[in-house]
Amino acid sequence: MMAAQVITPIGVGDVVSKAGQAKKDGYRLVQIGCTKIGDDFEIIYVYDKDFTLLSYRITVKEDVVIPSISSEYFGAFVYENEIHDLYGLHVSGINIDFKGTFYKTAIKHPFNVTITKEGDSCQNK
Amino acid sequence: MSKQITVPFGPQHPVLPEPLHLDLVLEDETVVDVIPSIGYVHRGLEKLVEKREYTEYVFIAERICGICSFIHSQTYVQGIEQIMGLEVPERATYLRTIWGEYSRLHSHLLWLGLFADSMGFESVFMNAWRLREHILDDLEATTGGRVIQGVCKVGGVRKDITPEKLDEMLKGLRGMEHELNDLTNVFLNDSSMKHRLRGVGVLKKEDAYVLGAVGPTARGSGLAIDIRSTGYGALGKINFKPVVEYDGDCYARCAVRAKEMFTSIDIIEQCIKKIPDGPVDMKVTGAPDGEYFSRTEQPRGEVIHYIKGNGKKNLVRHRVRTPTFTNIPPLVTLLKGVDLADVPVVVLSIDPCIGCAER
Amino acid sequence: MTYLAKSPWILHYDASSCNGCDIEVLACLTPMYDVERFGILNTGNPKHADIFVITGSINEQNREIVKNLYDQIPRPNVVVAVGICACSGGVFRECYNVSGGIDKVIPVDVYVPGCACRPESIIDGIVTALGILEEKRTKMVLDVDKKEHRHAGLNPDHILSTGGVQ
Repeated sequence: MMAAQVITPIGVGDVVSKAGQAKKDGYRLVQIGCTKIGDDFEIIYVYDKDFTLLSYRITVKEDVVIPSISSEYFGAFVYENEIHDLYGLHVSGINIDFKGTFYKTAIKHPFNVTITKEGDSCQNK
Repeated sequence: MSKQITVPFGPQHPVLPEPLHLDLVLEDETVVDVIPSIGYVHRGLEKLVEKREYTEYVFIAERICGICSFIHSQTYVQGIEQIMGLEVPERATYLRTIWGEYSRLHSHLLWLGLFADSMGFESVFMNAWRLREHILDDLEATTGGRVIQGVCKVGGVRKDITPEKLDEMLKGLRGMEHELNDLTNVFLNDSSMKHRLRGVGVLKKEDAYVLGAVGPTARGSGLAIDIRSTGYGALGKINFKPVVEYDGDCYARCAVRAKEMFTSIDIIEQCIKKIPDGPVDMKVTGAPDGEYFSRTEQPRGEVIHYIKGNGKKNLVRHRVRTPTFTNIPPLVTLLKGVDLADVPVVVLSIDPCIGCAER
Repeated sequence: MTYLAKSPWILHYDASSCNGCDIEVLACLTPMYDVERFGILNTGNPKHADIFVITGSINEQNREIVKNLYDQIPRPNVVVAVGICACSGGVFRECYNVSGGIDKVIPVDVYVPGCACRPESIIDGIVTALGILEEKRTKMVLDVDKKEHRHAGLNPDHILSTGGVQ
């Protein structure tokens, strides 16, 4: 059994300052991930140092603009573009902004909608 | 300074078995900027948690990628077991570790072959893949599948290996060591290989860390990031030291993978010697309620499965952050300044696995 | 079909496969299975190819690419759909981004099921494809002959299949 993982809730305004602090403390960015729960979106920022995780969670509504942490961590652009393309959330100030062309999907913002596919379990009609 | 031109690279390209697309901005023959675009193999399988129960979903998790298949299923079930607080039988954890290292061996041999092929070294490609068949034979004999094993399940594994077969596997690996030595010798000591790889596509240690490089890409730049050090599965009871190289160029990344094959053989050997008797699975009831970041080391680096359940049979969220996905920013950085003719080699040196990255 | 008149070359494209079938396609080329003994070579150029081996299912982004590659392969050609995803979408058929099997976009001649396909079944599929390729070629040559006969004012039904010119 491994140690329990703690995810600290923070406000949207603290995202960049916490990222800056993490960078100063020698953490590397592990991932940014999003989960839709009801009408809310949970975004979890995960950092790692010597195999110890540091996680922050923000909970936002769809219309909130999330600040990009790509000024602190260059590599954050892949995750932030992904959140934009799959969830339709707005992230401002990404260093390499694909403006919705990172993933091309059949349905726009697939993780933000409930997909009901036509009755047939096999689509190959 | 001459005029800049943009050259598209991929998605269908002779050196790439998978579709990756890069827009290379060139000045004469030198790459000055790279814009990656992905999504050619995006399936959206994370969304399938809504339609599949968490026990069935193991099969989907395994099919995120056909090369790292076993370790994906292992990561997923470890996450579920962690949330549900299951103590998996010890023999099962050893078997998972053995199969995990076998898939690392097959992946590294596959990569060494493709890497040699990208340099026009076809005989090495053939030899690497010939050796890989021995590994696949053992995987098939013990799990039933060559590349997709389907042997992991929540609460243990589906199949046990007899002690006789374990001995035979060990003998087989020892017999291979001599041939593996010959093969890695080509990569590490051949003068034309050195000429092609030394000093090409250099990733500095600080850059690698900040950009979030993982796996051999990070270890080739002097960072000892290897999640196997956290001792998941049975690895906590095994003596193990990550392979680290310091130059940060293609040669260093290649050397890490070449040397890691021997580490894997060593881990398998220790596992086979220490494996305890007992059952290999347990009864699982209920459903996961909670969230967990499950981490393991894939052949390409650290993989994270974020699993969130709410006590129902279907999970709320399964999110996979694969090593190739986080290795894209380092790739963009290390491609800047290389010659156009070196691009295939540099791209392959991070061992891109697009099936993983796009899910 | 008892012998091969030509050495067919294959073009391999990964539509949205998980890699499992791709590495098995590559494994077919290597010493253990060695399809090169049939004169089959893997090429990266669609204009060199006779057989289009395609793994994985169709999604929004690769639809055009698959069509484009298919159009570039000279006729006659055959398409082999390798793996259950290429046949019908497989385990991913319910994913939002997967439209279904390869036959949604281009005609498929041989279906090779399996997840992942074994190299033996891929070879079997390709050898079946060779037979189809030969038939298509014969038919194409015959059609050309008939056309020429018609031009010369002869009855096109009077020619017999010669199995093509050498």
